[in-house]
Amino acid sequence: MEIIYEIAGNTLTARLFGEMDHYTAGKVREDIDSTMKQYETINLVFDFSRVTFMDSSGIGVVLGRYKILQPSGGKVLIAGCSQKIYSILNMAGVFFLIPCTQTREEAIRLLQEQEAEKWKRK
Amino acid sequence: MEKKMKVQMEGTLESQSLARAVAGAYAAEMDPTVDELTEIKTAVSEAVSNVALHAYPGDLTGDMILEFMMPAPDTILIRVTDRGVGIEDIAKAMEPMYTTDTGENCSGMGFTVMESFMDRIRVDSRPGEGTTVTMIKRLDTYCGF
Repeated sequence: MEIIYEIAGNTLTARLFGEMDHYTAGKVREDIDSTMKQYETINLVFDFSRVTFMDSSGIGVVLGRYKILQPSGGKVLIAGCSQKIYSILNMAGVFFLIPCTQTREEAIRLLQEQEAEKWKRK
Repeated sequence: MEKKMKVQMEGTLESQSLARAVAGAYAAEMDPTVDELTEIKTAVSEAVSNVALHAYPGDLTGDMILEFMMPAPDTILIRVTDRGVGIEDIAKAMEPMYTTDTGENCSGMGFTVMESFMDRIRVDSRPGEGTTVTMIKRLDTYCGF
């Protein structure tokens, strides 16, 4: 599994490539966590559009990052789920907590809009 | 003929992708749809993670046996057997979100994923002796050649 990172403002986008199972999930977790720490980003977008396979290990990766970011007000978004990936994440109720968009660009736009909303209210 | 196949491999997480590939190759014999193939591979992947993480926890290691057969031309049966620690309470283990893992390694959704992607699943286990997971799936699109 490979990850390409993109940073826009305080949002880190992790574009994942390849197959995610319990073997690769451990490395993915470590890699994303250390990258988030290194660049001090607040929000995280998972781009799953190039993930060719995912089993239930993906649930832990997504919810684990949510747990880390939530206390500091950081948001997690998921973009580009295939139907199968969506159904696995949905079984664990991931989408009750985490919004899902078609593309990573949409996810980033959604985050920017939410940010703007927040400032307006202030 | 049931086209039986039996594969033995190490019950470790490293075996996961190989086990998936083997299951995929076997299932391809039945001309499944891409969706069905993904479902079969996912179910096998879950079964193998269970062996690697729960049947052989910590430093405990051992092998697992993957058996494949076709009880009917449109039906695939996959059996994953280990000689690990076994499951005390099978019904509890199969509950969604139930896990013995305290970290975030496990989501407790393994059996739930297997159940929803395969048609039938049966778990036989004895503490200290090991576990056998049997999964059956009927392929809807089989047109009989």
